[in-house]
Amino acid sequence: MSRIFRITVSHSILIWGVLLMIVPLWLVFASSTHSNSFIYNEGMQWKIGGEFFDNYDRVLNRKGGFTKEITASGIFYNSFIMAFGIASLSVFVSMMAAYSLVYFKTRFSTLFFWLIFVTLLVPLELRILPSYQIVSDLNLLNSYAGLILPLSASAIATFFFRQYYRSIPEELLEAAKLDGANSWKFFIDFLVPLSKTMIAAMFIFMFVYGYNQYLWPLIMTTSEKYWTVVMGLKMIYGGNSVDRYTYVILSLIPPVIIIVFLQRLFIQGLFQSK
Amino acid sequence: MKRVQFSSYFTQYFFIAPQLAIILIFLYLPIVQTFRDAFTIQDAFGFGRYFSGLDNFTFVLSDPNYITALKFTLIFIFVITLFSCSIGLLLAVQANNVIHGKSAYKTLLIWPYAIAPAVVGVTANYFFSERLGILYNFFNGLWGFDWYDNVYDAYIYVFIAASWKQISANFIFFLAGLQNIQKSIIEASIIDCKSSFRRFWTITFPLLMPTTFFLIIINITYSFFDTLGIIDTTTIGAPSGETKTLVYKAYIDGFKGLDLGSAGAQSIIMMLIVLVITVFQFRFIEGKIHYN
Repeated sequence: MSRIFRITVSHSILIWGVLLMIVPLWLVFASSTHSNSFIYNEGMQWKIGGEFFDNYDRVLNRKGGFTKEITASGIFYNSFIMAFGIASLSVFVSMMAAYSLVYFKTRFSTLFFWLIFVTLLVPLELRILPSYQIVSDLNLLNSYAGLILPLSASAIATFFFRQYYRSIPEELLEAAKLDGANSWKFFIDFLVPLSKTMIAAMFIFMFVYGYNQYLWPLIMTTSEKYWTVVMGLKMIYGGNSVDRYTYVILSLIPPVIIIVFLQRLFIQGLFQSK
Repeated sequence: MKRVQFSSYFTQYFFIAPQLAIILIFLYLPIVQTFRDAFTIQDAFGFGRYFSGLDNFTFVLSDPNYITALKFTLIFIFVITLFSCSIGLLLAVQANNVIHGKSAYKTLLIWPYAIAPAVVGVTANYFFSERLGILYNFFNGLWGFDWYDNVYDAYIYVFIAASWKQISANFIFFLAGLQNIQKSIIEASIIDCKSSFRRFWTITFPLLMPTTFFLIIINITYSFFDTLGIIDTTTIGAPSGETKTLVYKAYIDGFKGLDLGSAGAQSIIMMLIVLVITVFQFRFIEGKIHYN
């Protein structure tokens, strides 16, 4: 009896939790399928209306901004390039750096370790003005490189790869050495294939991180050609309510799809290093 | 560290070079500039730069607005960490209990992790706008809620928006932490102690401490830095700057006010705060945790 009672309590708490997560965005979604004048008079809606295709087509393809050069689809494309660039570059760079930290012992190893991990204390938000200055000196304002490079040396990803490499038994390296593998071969033929799950998890983590960046794209993209999802959020403040709801729903689809479908890989990777 | 290693300088440097190059240009160079800005004053026309000692720091710290932002940030960190951790833990414990529908619950609770803080802020904005906002009207009916004028109502607004987003991250990590606890320990505790409530607080919760410790750091970093997107899309500091976090204030003073000296000094003060919190946690909290 008490067991059944406990399970019922668990289920009802979980259902409340799920509702807490879903209801706000459901309301936004349902409201995005009505006409603007209807929403203006009646407020947000629980039921789906009949304007779904019209609204989503209009928001995706209408030219916006001051010079009417960018559409929402263009904005999503930019954000995708930015997120993909940050994710690939940081996974690549962090894997190499972690390899260097774990498998080589020379005079500078400790110095390198500290140089990388001190950066955990200084996120972009704390060095935003000088970073802007440097990117502008390098002529990288309004470019994909400028959006990607400053965010792609992730100490967190390096840390995860380092933990993972350290958990790999030493016998592997001994055996590889006996078979005549040098440091390059060991990395490419042994470590890379072994860390597949970790690579996937870090890629997902950095993709979501890159896609969701706010401040950096906001200050460094003055040309509408390079606007990302965030600038779009600012732009639609001027639009009508329904366009704003539609835009919000569209903007959260890419990262949410990635998390929902690659959830298992993501969680496996995050926790296998412990 | 591993005992068996390679000892080739060239390969070692080759592999670490890309990361070092990026952090030297885009991290260390900006940090050096931040220090230069913080200890100098530039004249209004940009002709000269004078060493000014601690002037920028005394200027920042004697500004009552800065103290307001500091107080708000500390309350903000505390409330977000408390709320999102406890709701995340509650849900993780229940999800670990049930047998049917576990993976469905997991998916439905994990997905908000992927939503950008700025998007959460804009969404919250719909619920708290004066005319159409459902929550605005609901709270307004209860006690005359009005975040445009009342400080505490504005607090409620940003607390709800910022904690909501962070529940998922806490849920993911607590659930993984619970699943890592050995079954034999739980079974043994069931024999010794009948009350599941007491069992949780005396056995499970202490075993979760490493996860909790890790999550406290994650939540502090989140509320300190990542919430900038939420503040900028919800209250924008209203009413009269009472809901500005330190990071948001530094951004506004630096970018909108173009006061480089003050922004530099603020950045260095924040680096010190982050450093103190990190050291404090490692020395005083981690020492009391039992890892098994």
